[in-house]
Amino acid sequence: MADIPTDAPEHCPGTTSEQAGKSSACQGCPNQTICASGATKAPDPAIEEIKLKMATVKHKILVLSGKGGVGKSTFSAHLAHALSSGDSKEVALLDIDICGPSIPRIVGLEGEQVHQSGSGWSPVYVEDNLAVMSIGFLLGSPDDAVIWRGPKKNGMIKQFLRDVDWGELDYLVVDTPPGTSDEHLSVVQYLSGAGIDGAVIITTPQEVSLQDVRKEIRFCQKVKLPVIGVVENMSGFVCPKCKNTSQIFPPTTGGAQRMCEELGLTLLGKVPLDPRIGRSCDEGKSFLNEVPDSPAAAAYQTIVQSIKNYCSSNLTSAAHTD
Amino acid sequence: WTVSGHEGNLRGVQRVVLVLSGKGGVGKSTITTELALALQHAGKKVGILDVDLCGPSIPRMLGVSQQEVHQCDSGWVPVYADPQQRLALMSIGFLLDDPDEAVVWRGPKKTALIGQFVRDVAWGELDVLLVDTPPGTSDEHLAVLESLRKHRVDGAVLVTTPQAVSTGDVRREITFCKKTGVKILGIVENMSGFVCPHCSECSSVFSRGGGEELAKLTGSVFLGSVPLDPLLSASIEEGQDFLKAFPDSATYSSLRAIAESVLNRLQD
Ligand SMILES: Nc1ncnc2c1ncn2[C@@H]1O[C@H](COP(=O)(O)OP(=O)(O)OP(=O)(O)O)[C@@H](O)[C@H]1O
Ligand SMILES: [Mg+2]
Ligand SMILES: [Zn+2]
Repeated sequence: MADIPTDAPEHCPGTTSEQAGKSSACQGCPNQTICASGATKAPDPAIEEIKLKMATVKHKILVLSGKGGVGKSTFSAHLAHALSSGDSKEVALLDIDICGPSIPRIVGLEGEQVHQSGSGWSPVYVEDNLAVMSIGFLLGSPDDAVIWRGPKKNGMIKQFLRDVDWGELDYLVVDTPPGTSDEHLSVVQYLSGAGIDGAVIITTPQEVSLQDVRKEIRFCQKVKLPVIGVVENMSGFVCPKCKNTSQIFPPTTGGAQRMCEELGLTLLGKVPLDPRIGRSCDEGKSFLNEVPDSPAAAAYQTIVQSIKNYCSSNLTSAAHTD
Repeated sequence: WTVSGHEGNLRGVQRVVLVLSGKGGVGKSTITTELALALQHAGKKVGILDVDLCGPSIPRMLGVSQQEVHQCDSGWVPVYADPQQRLALMSIGFLLDDPDEAVVWRGPKKTALIGQFVRDVAWGELDVLLVDTPPGTSDEHLAVLESLRKHRVDGAVLVTTPQAVSTGDVRREITFCKKTGVKILGIVENMSGFVCPHCSECSSVFSRGGGEELAKLTGSVFLGSVPLDPLLSASIEEGQDFLKAFPDSATYSSLRAIAESVLNRLQD
């Protein structure tokens, strides 16, 4: 479902847009006739199939960031752990970072393989009520590189949403790669029928990160994806010896706080840089169980509670359909 | 001189080096920036091609984010970070009217622009062209390799942070280099160790030694490690030349040593 064919001119409006085949940029494009006929504007049938599949999934949350390495996967995994703790909720974590899947390691499932069942692929389970799906489970070795261009990645994401045996879920948490490209467009389009509750945006405090995150927020506005709120990660490092705080990534432009004020977004919380979080991730354990009484764990819990509140008041979850 | 200006744009470029990492946020752009500055201080003429289309960082890191590119007969004139024009930069950041604008492009469109970047920037004479990439092994990486290959690609510098989650992604990047036949010049471990400014205790914020271990494991050259230094992140934020400002720091020494090793590897 590539919107822009490889042979399209520079200002191609996209094959599914209203202008397809009609804009001035379309003059001379080999696809002009088919675009103008309207055939390319028909929605992908997968959107309807995915809507059916997702009928048993109450809440869908995307975790996004324009910037790499700010802690999206770490946050996604801990959000899933926190939502599933207490055994009362069914939770799934879907990793759509096709070229750099880190979720299997973070949740301690590296080396696991996906199984084929009658109703599709079965996810891999961390706990009875915490299912995980990642391309990492489809690779032969952790060294395997997935050198795929966009359309192939999109096909994989479609399969993850449509062909995985998700079952009844309270929450589906989707971890994404950095950027605003194929993976992001695809997941939003494929879930457009089913409806997404919203996105949680992760950033670190410095401007180098915020400048990319503002682009991600623009992306959300463009595709009409509600923003649940922003999490500032790695804000302040507490020295384990002298307990003083250092700003390793200084909030030179006011950090996430200022950005949220300017853009009218909710700041869900700030998670300090705690080396034990990284260590838990490397070992595939939940930091929330490992060091539950730390300031970072408390910050996570507050953030998760806000997300839960957002979802439960978001009755329109299934009504985002146009 | 029947060669058109466009095809000849890379003819004066002696060496082309990619900066890669499977993992995001490990400091690819920071290392690219500091390598470029170190090479420039060593008397080289340097170019940076930023192919991170969704999240271009280099314009800010070099303090030139307000600049625009201009056209000339042989294509785009890059933006120069210094009055002597020894450090040239091309980035999509210079083509956007609004810095917050999201570049929501799928692969084919990204591939097309990268092809144009490689073909149409009038670099002039350069000793080294550094290519900063987004994380991963996808459209941008394939596109830049395909377009550059006609000219030359001398190798890649891989950047990682010490923790396993990051080295895991870099192992995949090594596979990418092997599959595509790109020589690995070496591995840099970034953000290794943080010295508390209050008590001088060194903490392993993101654990330690993973980069060196990975180099051993994969038979690659270890180029060195760069500590997590708040003065470096502050310089990067303000677009200031860290190497000029803090020549007495340990971070300075390690960055200089890494740049020298890269230069040596390029002579091999
Ligand atoms: N050694 C270091 N000491 C302190 N801060 C650092 C260091 N290396 C990088 N940083 C900071 O870490 C952040 C991420 O670095 P950078 O943007 O270079 O990563 P990247 O790999 O290019 O990220 P992306 O994958 O998003 O392109 C920046 O704010 C940068 O200033
Ligand atoms: Mg970068
Ligand atoms: Zn201290």
